[in-house]
Amino acid sequence: MALLEIRDLHASVDGNEILKGIALTINRGEVHAIMGPNGSGKSTLAKVLAGHPSYEVTGGEVIYEGKNLLELSPDERAREGVFLAFQYPVEVPGVSNAQFLRLAYNERQKHRGEEELDPLEFKDYLKERAKVVQMDSSFMSRSVNEGFSGGEKKRNEILQMAVLEPTLAVLDETDSGLDIDALRIVAEGVNQLRTEDNAIILVTHYQRLLNYIVPDFVHVLANGRIVREGGKELALELEEKGYDWIKNVGKAGASLAPQAG
Amino acid sequence: MVAEATKEKSIYAEMLAALQGRLAGREASWTKRLREDAIERFEQLGFPTTFDEEWKYTNLAALAKQQFAPGFDSKHVELDRSALQPFAYKEAKGSQLVFVNGVYSPELSSVEALPQGVIAENLADALSGERAEVVREKLARYADYQENALVALNTAFVSEGAFLLIPRGVRVETPIHLLFLSAPQSSPTVSFPRVLIVAEARGEAILIESYASTEEGAYWTNAVVEVSLEDGARLEHYKVQRESTEAFHTATTQVELGASSSFDTTTITLGAELSRHNINVRMNARGAECRVDGLYMISTGQHTDTHSLIDHAEAYCSSRQLYKGILDGKSRAVFNGKVFVREGAMQTDAQQTNRNLLLSNEARVDTKPQLEIFADDVKCAHGATVGQLEEEELFYLISRGLRPDLAQNLLTYGFAEEVINKIRVESIKAELDEAVLNRLHAKL
Repeated sequence: MALLEIRDLHASVDGNEILKGIALTINRGEVHAIMGPNGSGKSTLAKVLAGHPSYEVTGGEVIYEGKNLLELSPDERAREGVFLAFQYPVEVPGVSNAQFLRLAYNERQKHRGEEELDPLEFKDYLKERAKVVQMDSSFMSRSVNEGFSGGEKKRNEILQMAVLEPTLAVLDETDSGLDIDALRIVAEGVNQLRTEDNAIILVTHYQRLLNYIVPDFVHVLANGRIVREGGKELALELEEKGYDWIKNVGKAGASLAPQAG
Repeated sequence: MVAEATKEKSIYAEMLAALQGRLAGREASWTKRLREDAIERFEQLGFPTTFDEEWKYTNLAALAKQQFAPGFDSKHVELDRSALQPFAYKEAKGSQLVFVNGVYSPELSSVEALPQGVIAENLADALSGERAEVVREKLARYADYQENALVALNTAFVSEGAFLLIPRGVRVETPIHLLFLSAPQSSPTVSFPRVLIVAEARGEAILIESYASTEEGAYWTNAVVEVSLEDGARLEHYKVQRESTEAFHTATTQVELGASSSFDTTTITLGAELSRHNINVRMNARGAECRVDGLYMISTGQHTDTHSLIDHAEAYCSSRQLYKGILDGKSRAVFNGKVFVREGAMQTDAQQTNRNLLLSNEARVDTKPQLEIFADDVKCAHGATVGQLEEEELFYLISRGLRPDLAQNLLTYGFAEEVINKIRVESIKAELDEAVLNRLHAKL
């Protein structure tokens, strides 16, 4: 059984249809890249999977581990192992990173019927996980994302992923705003978190990230539809040609790629 | 026929006669005159009403109507040190003055941890003590009883309370705790705590002023605190108001700052059915600085009102003010903050912020930050917000698996933490963390 199956997904924001029939199948152990020009619907897809309240699903279905994902509340999805690394991580003043992560971690543990950690035990666990993204322990006592640089915020997202160990991680433009060193750290972190049991969706505008995290499949989105699909070489083709050549493809209503059946 | 105009005297004139009876023969003539002057002024002014611009949103009618008995007459309350535990701070074990229903309790107080030369004593003793001349020079000099009826009433009853003197150049590391504890009686009582703090040149101290009750009940605390910081002196001050939610709490904090002195205060308001705090800081010489922060967190049936005046009377002074409010249920808060920059107060640097978080549709906030600038070459900023939790912040937390109510509580806690985090006395911080979480019915 596929880990995630998206069938003919339609979604709108403020009455504007952004996703116009997405179909995607993701198995455990796979990394999928979703690429496309600005406004193609990439981030919308990421937010819809996480259950953001501003996005309304108007059609289609999403089956995750055999369950109807769209019927689960955003927090239930997270406890079931769905994780969204935000494009713009939110600052939460007054709440320390460690405090927040322990609450989130323990919610997940409780849900799985596993042991919760007290602050001291969690501190050790967190210190261990922070190595994945080479984060200093001083970040743990600071307020969530407050005063963090763009790169630190993105690293913090991957730290959260390392702590929560999701089954399905959706990384929304995690590469944007990163310099080359930060990009390498983030990518190495993600690679360490890849396992046979989980799957990762990389939403990205640029091919650059894919040099470091090599995807099994690449899907190109334009105007709310998947217009091309292929292996990792498709990303290189896009890098070379840019997005101009596909910009009108979606609009015409015809897909160049055969729909997965 | 001419009807004889008889102005009915308030219950307070009679109450004052009772106090003077007790003090007979032991009282200096100047305090006697001060009392008489003050009660006369109070009788003239009467309780403020909502027609008074300064009291537009806070109605004292219920308070004015209530027949309070004097706290100094209430029967002796048996409390031992262990009963004090929930209200005491471990950092101030050997430096606390305790008052029960407004009356100094020598048995519960202890000042053994204070260095030589530092005076921390009952004001009633200080009035005739070795530094009586300092008290006479400073008392009622700053808090204006001519215009403010509540200050006038407190001044009429000036007796019990604290006198604190930090001598020149002495730095007191141990926080000094003034605990005003109310033990509600069968009929409501009123107490008039009066505090005078004098820090001589370069003297430094940390002061905690807290109000609490042994159990729920109706009473009224009407306090006045006067602070005089001489050149280069520093005071870190905390006011923790956790009165019974059936109580009235009215207070004026009046601060006078000398050259290059520093006043750093945080007021936490959790209790009382109705509370009003006037906090006035006058920066009267060059280079003075103050930080005036506050957090009010109230719920159904509670009303709190803060009126602050930061008076930049001289050049080269800076002030920072951050007041935050969390309102739940059917509650109401008032914030009125004036920053006054007088003529000639150049290079003034003033910032004022009031932020409010409404957790219910029935909560209401009236906020009015005001800047009045009569000088050039100044840097002033102010702002106020009233809002609800940010949806993006909530979603961020929920997307990590936190249930919506936990996410809400965590954000609310975070909102309060901006003020609580700056508190440098650990046990106050811990107490407030717990109080905030209890209020939110949350465990983090």
